[in-house]
Amino acid sequence: MKTKWKITPYLFLLPALIIIVAFRLIPIVMSFILSFFDWSLQGTGKFIGLTNYATMIKDPVFWQSMGNTFWLVVILVPATIVLSLFFAVLLNKIKYFKSMFRMVYFMPFVTSLVAVSIVWKLMFNEQTGLINTFLGYVGIAPQAWLAEYRGIFVLMFPQLESLPRFFHGPSQALFAIIIMTVWKGLGYNTIIYLAGLQNISKTYYEAAEVDGAGKLRQFWNITVPLISPTTFYVLIMTTITSFQTFSQVYLMTNKGGPLNTTKLIVYYIYERGFDLLEMGYASAVALALFIIILMLTIFQRKMEKHVNY
Amino acid sequence: MSKLRSIIIYLILIVFGFTMVIPFIWMISTSLMTQSEFNKQESLFIPKEEYHLWDNGEKRERVILVLEKEDTCIVHVLDSDLAIVEEYKEVPSSQVQLIRKKPSFEFSNYIKAFKKVPFGLYFYNTIYVSVLSLIGVLITSLLAAYAFARMEFRGRDFFFYLFLSMMMVPQPIYLISSYVLLDKLHWLDTYNALIIPWTANIFTIFLFRQHFKALPKELFDAASIDGCSIFGMLWRIVIPLSKPVISTASIFSLITSWNSFMWPLVMINRPELRVLQVGLSYFNQEASTQTSLLMASSTFSIVPVLILFFFAQKQIIASYAKTGMKD
Repeated sequence: MKTKWKITPYLFLLPALIIIVAFRLIPIVMSFILSFFDWSLQGTGKFIGLTNYATMIKDPVFWQSMGNTFWLVVILVPATIVLSLFFAVLLNKIKYFKSMFRMVYFMPFVTSLVAVSIVWKLMFNEQTGLINTFLGYVGIAPQAWLAEYRGIFVLMFPQLESLPRFFHGPSQALFAIIIMTVWKGLGYNTIIYLAGLQNISKTYYEAAEVDGAGKLRQFWNITVPLISPTTFYVLIMTTITSFQTFSQVYLMTNKGGPLNTTKLIVYYIYERGFDLLEMGYASAVALALFIIILMLTIFQRKMEKHVNY
Repeated sequence: MSKLRSIIIYLILIVFGFTMVIPFIWMISTSLMTQSEFNKQESLFIPKEEYHLWDNGEKRERVILVLEKEDTCIVHVLDSDLAIVEEYKEVPSSQVQLIRKKPSFEFSNYIKAFKKVPFGLYFYNTIYVSVLSLIGVLITSLLAAYAFARMEFRGRDFFFYLFLSMMMVPQPIYLISSYVLLDKLHWLDTYNALIIPWTANIFTIFLFRQHFKALPKELFDAASIDGCSIFGMLWRIVIPLSKPVISTASIFSLITSWNSFMWPLVMINRPELRVLQVGLSYFNQEASTQTSLLMASSTFSIVPVLILFFFAQKQIIASYAKTGMKD
């Protein structure tokens, strides 16, 4: 019996293994190797050691892209957590039309990023867009949105103008992309939270009710701590996916403009790799991104034990 | 729960529910407007139409009113495609009338968009790539998951962690090196580049493994005593008992390949191999001023996924909800 089974497991594993080794493992290793070469498609490339990394550290556009990505993550992730927890708590409370609301909130998540990016680009149009029309109804002047390079903090508080560029915050153009991206992912995270909420035993709330704790107290002292494993999952997953934002920049902006203020790190990789054909250099940047994501993943694994109640 | 509180909850949910769907509503309503109507920005959601008609008894023509004098009007005469055929024509005022139509749906935008861009071809390519990748994913995942879940072999943990770590690496990291690799294989600009690398899905392997592990051991023992081969067990026991999880994985796989964009954008240059998302993005660059055509194309690019979503809504949401839970 045992001997007969020996080769079979490997045969079963083989098809998946071939694909994963050929199209995941090898490219990942290759991307490491490419980063040490001056590599464009035409030439075979020559070994240049750490030159690509040195160029990267000296390139202001690289740092600007990193800064933009930082702002995206720092705004997008908390906004996603707060809003999706909020909607999940509300959805968890209602009796009727629950599945209809869930469907409505989830719809943006299943539709293609390309189509919704196009729609949002037109919605953010200064003259003909829906957003400015709605803002007009509540008496707010039309905003330039995707054409505005100034930071949102400066737009709100002009006296911040004298600070270094980074502290001006994300440009309004990037902020528009952030709004759209929150909208796109909200449904998924709401559903994740909803699943988490359903796992919290009702007895906690009943006990709190007996002790006379109000709804808000119950939320802070029962829901928030007991949902924290889910919050942690949403936090890490949203952070990792935000670092990979690409399509919105490609479709909604003109090459990461205005003035590179919407250029996110993956778009920067794409531009250097496929527009300028500096594949070695682009691989070096990809590797830098890889290290960030790897650290986040390791952090998640390490912390996972601590956040579970 | 008090009545007032529940009314407030419903109100909040409805208001925000609208923000979730308004982009879609606007997309569809704009796709049904004429371009000139969209530019005028008179109605946001309900397409309506206003135009002047010149009726001189013999023929009726659409015109643009340039100037209105006491008893004569200066007009541009339009043909059926709304192109100007005659400029600054002077006609009696009594023959010009204002036509108001509300609502007026410009369904011909869809036909125009279809004529302008080979969406039929793009649909074909997308379906072809999605279906073949799905078949590949199902075969590789069923086999690998069966090995992981129900077989003992040397290096099982090693392979398991190898797969797990590969799953953690996001696509942008290996996009460039994959391009170089596919170039060396001479697969760029072929269907191979779109299909073969995506015929294994690590997430699906883990999903199946989880499910297979939960199947009762007695079933396999009984089948083994009856002389059932391993393939027989897979075919006669495992697959019939795994229909829900297989359909979940299929839905994931179809939605993912339907919506995938960055990979086909980079790997394909030939227009005849473009998938829907890439075709749409090219149209976005070419036709940025033709809003209503762009919206019409966006609409029918998401319709297939939306139809799938409406019919399998419960299952799709439940499947995605599970991705957040850890065993």
